[in-house]
Amino acid sequence: MIKAIINGKKVSVEQGTTILDAAKKVFVKIPTLCKHPDLPPSAACGICVVKVKGSSKMVRACCTPIEENMDVTTQDPEIVEIRKTVLELILSRHPDSCLTCGRNNDCELQRLTADFGIRKESFQKSLRDLPIDDSTGTIVLEPPKCILCGRCIEVCQDMQNVWALSFLERGIDTRISPAGDIRLADSPCVRCGQCSNHCPTGAIVEKDDTAKVWQVLQDPEKFCVAQIAPAVRVAIGEAFGLGSGTVLTGKIYALLRRLGFKAVFDTSFGADVTIMEEGSEFIERFIHGKSELPLITTCCPSWVDHMEKFFPDMLGNFSSCKSPHQIVGVLAKTYYAQKAKVDPAKIAMVSIMPCTSKKYEITRSTDMFASGHQDIDTVLTTRELARMIKQAGIDFEHLPDEEPDHMLGDYAGAGVIFGNTGGVLEAALRTVDAILSGPDAKTKIEFNEVRGLKGVKEGVVEVGGKKVRIAVAHGLGNVEYVLNKVREAKKNNQERPYDFIEVMACLGGCVGGGGQPYGVTDEFRTKRAEGIYKDDRSKELRCSHQNPFVQQLYKEFLDKPLSEKAKKLFHTEYKARPIYRK
Amino acid sequence: MDKKFIFLKDTSANKQIDKTRDIYTKFLDLLRQDNLQEDVQVLRIADAGIYNKGVIAKVFPDNIVYANITEDDVKKIIEITIKQSKIINDLLYKDEPKQLRLVLKNCGVINPESIEEYIANGGYEALGKVVKASTPKQVIEELKTAGLRGRGGAGYPTWKKWEFAREIESDQKYIICNGDEGDPGAYMDRSVLEGDPHAVIEGMIIGGFTIGASKGFVYIRAEYPLAIERVQMAIEQAKANGYLGKNIFGTNFSFDLEIRLGAGAFVCGEETALIASIEGRRGTPRPRPPYPSVKGLWNKPTVINNVETLATIAFVISKGGLWFSGIGTNESKGTKVFAVTGKVKNSGLVEVPMGTTLREIVFDICGGSYSGKKIKAIQTGGPSGGVIPEKFFDTPVSYENLVKLGSIMGSGGMIVMDEDDCMVDIAKFYLQFCVDESCGKCAPCRIGGFQIQNILQKISNGEGKIDDIAKLKRIGVAMQKASLCGLGQSAPNPVLSTLNYFEDEYKEHIINKMCPAHKCKSLVTYSIMQNKCKRCRLCFINCPVNAIGGNREKGFYVDLEKCIKCGKCMEVCKFDAISKQ
Repeated sequence: MIKAIINGKKVSVEQGTTILDAAKKVFVKIPTLCKHPDLPPSAACGICVVKVKGSSKMVRACCTPIEENMDVTTQDPEIVEIRKTVLELILSRHPDSCLTCGRNNDCELQRLTADFGIRKESFQKSLRDLPIDDSTGTIVLEPPKCILCGRCIEVCQDMQNVWALSFLERGIDTRISPAGDIRLADSPCVRCGQCSNHCPTGAIVEKDDTAKVWQVLQDPEKFCVAQIAPAVRVAIGEAFGLGSGTVLTGKIYALLRRLGFKAVFDTSFGADVTIMEEGSEFIERFIHGKSELPLITTCCPSWVDHMEKFFPDMLGNFSSCKSPHQIVGVLAKTYYAQKAKVDPAKIAMVSIMPCTSKKYEITRSTDMFASGHQDIDTVLTTRELARMIKQAGIDFEHLPDEEPDHMLGDYAGAGVIFGNTGGVLEAALRTVDAILSGPDAKTKIEFNEVRGLKGVKEGVVEVGGKKVRIAVAHGLGNVEYVLNKVREAKKNNQERPYDFIEVMACLGGCVGGGGQPYGVTDEFRTKRAEGIYKDDRSKELRCSHQNPFVQQLYKEFLDKPLSEKAKKLFHTEYKARPIYRK
Repeated sequence: MDKKFIFLKDTSANKQIDKTRDIYTKFLDLLRQDNLQEDVQVLRIADAGIYNKGVIAKVFPDNIVYANITEDDVKKIIEITIKQSKIINDLLYKDEPKQLRLVLKNCGVINPESIEEYIANGGYEALGKVVKASTPKQVIEELKTAGLRGRGGAGYPTWKKWEFAREIESDQKYIICNGDEGDPGAYMDRSVLEGDPHAVIEGMIIGGFTIGASKGFVYIRAEYPLAIERVQMAIEQAKANGYLGKNIFGTNFSFDLEIRLGAGAFVCGEETALIASIEGRRGTPRPRPPYPSVKGLWNKPTVINNVETLATIAFVISKGGLWFSGIGTNESKGTKVFAVTGKVKNSGLVEVPMGTTLREIVFDICGGSYSGKKIKAIQTGGPSGGVIPEKFFDTPVSYENLVKLGSIMGSGGMIVMDEDDCMVDIAKFYLQFCVDESCGKCAPCRIGGFQIQNILQKISNGEGKIDDIAKLKRIGVAMQKASLCGLGQSAPNPVLSTLNYFEDEYKEHIINKMCPAHKCKSLVTYSIMQNKCKRCRLCFINCPVNAIGGNREKGFYVDLEKCIKCGKCMEVCKFDAISKQ
């Protein structure tokens, strides 16, 4: 342990702890713009400078490990003056468009400027005229607002291993851009949106589709239906001052109706259907030896995009099953439309997702039009929905809970845990275990080996008396390790290391999605995940195949999993895509 | 007759006409007439270590140096020096006083492309001594006794750097030579790399042995093609002679060297940015700690030394640390090479013992003012350094003393300024350099430099306000305290030091809209002094924008509306009739 002094208070921390983290122990928050708890320090902004006794220089608290007997001062008039000057310098290159910015009221730069009481701009304003890149249709890059903290680049290159974003040029002309100055849509970008989630300002935001949704809600010709993803219910409360992980499912159903949606579904129902299909697919491969193993999950569109770009040699290992919200979408415009006697052409299907990439998924191939119409019309992220609620003036926090529309709204516990890393696999294992063990056997529900925030989780689980080798990776930076093991084994004709792999592009899975409220850290991911598991435990039925509405669906409409009709509506194909489009 | 060599080099400051060409041809012609072309080889060399002495000729092996020679002297040199081995006293180059050449000892003296000459001058003896009979610890002790400090700028004790890297256990360690010299007007590293590449290589091998590295990189900027060629050649020669490669001097120690080219980014001289550059990443600094000696190139312990430092190592080993520590001041040992440029008679590289005063360098060695005008100040340490006014010229040169005066040693650039130099203009020049060379990573440097530059431009345009001075200081201090690397921390030094010593000059620009040195274009007006004007029309004819009005009968005047202040009229006037105010 290292003993040191911060602002006169004794502190004792482990070796290697930075001054920034050590200060937290004595209840001192050192301001910073570029440091994010998820990321190593880039040391770019220069706001967190502190004094160390005996040194004429100031040091950055974010990246300087505290040393034995160090005497640190984090706050005095000189330090404040320097921080203020640096902040004003940053402001001199940042537009004053706060009122019309996607991050208005939720911007780290704005907050810091307010905290420091900056009342005038001392330095000559010098803004940059750089083009806005909205080519992906999911996230929007506004380089003029960028303060070059480097978080997005760290996220894109190191956390996600995608390498779409980089710094271009240097000095005062430095800017963020895909390498080679191409459009984001032509770059390796997989639209995970983690850059937007980590950006301290409005330089990277989700593409705002709220106007489009308001419009269809006003349209008397349209029959608007909505579905909410598992991870939305445990995070949206953060935007309303409720604790992270608060389960708000019933309130969301209620508010969606108040916004004007005529039917409210739950993506977790689609997740239950996914398990029927994907679980059956696994059994076919695992028990009956049809097609390749390991089977790899495909619920995450960023992961699908990443795989098509970076792992085309493994296309055969991918589950052909669509993601849950696409399943709800196609069912809304077929099964539901028939039963509710609504013209599917008039249905406007809106998905509320924790994800930016879902905006891309809805048109990624012709299979996403399986109902004969575009199965999902619009995707809103959690952040966009929160804005709509505030705009509509709905007292969300106090709204009484409501039920979803049945048929496509009720879910088993297994459906909701899709929001967590390991959740898809766990849900599948529950059902597979039940199917293989037979109807009367007492089967396993909770698989702790797939839970938690460890980047790669590996293990062997027993289902139906058989050993299944599993791996769970979340955060695209963790995928390579798992898939390289598979590749290596294939190349050397060795036994495959895994039978079933789950991949989610974002750390923590969908609860940590790129479209979730800002400021996500592991602490938030854990709390949101706890909320999801709480919801799971509260359900009487924990396995997807037990969901009576799922059973009814197959009975009335699809016959059985992997039937001809199910394949047409619920399954898709993948193809290798170039990493760079140009 | 023994084979003789004549090295030629035009050392005059005006590089537009290289006079060696004619003299070279004349030598060849006359030698051929005397049928001596096989016995005497004439070579044109890139650097002779002598500056502003016209064309110089060095005759080897006699080691006679002639300066300011003309075509007419060629015959004399052949008759007397080549044929009779006698000295022509009138032509003899007289060495400048007070210099002590250790690092530059071989530059311009031996053939840098010949390892034999380097060895004949005691080269690789130190290496042999070290690998055969010393332990790494002994080498470090020797350096500690010597008190050698890094010549790249900050003056960090070399032994400490080596000791840190030596102590760390690692399967692989590296030593890097930082040859990314980039200060405007500084070229000492280039001269050493071009003139004595083996000295640098020997220093690196000794370093490798000491810290336990088996691999080294010489990082040279691509704009130094001759240096690259010479170092490459030297590496190959050293390999062929067994100084590089496996089992050096028959011991267990193996060491290899490779060249890496820098693409001309000034910031890549900063060690962590240099490492990023070698690794193939964007050349931007990263926070320290961890220091490179702990976690450097590819995360392995790495020592990065400057060219001049490495070229000194073999010396320290051969002559002993105690001998070396006898040179210089208490805190700063040995010699330092300075590249003196600007308004002095003899500009060039000078190597002096630490502790020599600035006055001795500027006036005794470099001959004082070039124009006869009063010398006002010198700027040391390149763009990161500061300005030192003439009243402090009696200060002995050392790392500490220069810092006390608000400047730094830096890599040893020294620019001499006289009354014609405007301090706002000087500050603007250096800031422009740092703005251009900022990597853009950290906000204080990236935006601070840019804003200072804006303010200086305003002042120089006569649009400055009095509170701009406070703003300059405010940004300058923030840059010093909050920038990530040395570049940003020291970039405001030229502004802060000129403000410190010459604030009145800034105020003159701001309050009276005057540039006392008549340098800032916007604040200068040209006019024709009628009492001196002979109405020759030269200004009228030469003005590029027809801003000279009038005629021969009535006289001429400058139309200030049209005048672009290019100074052409003043340049062409033969009667000093143009005034600049």
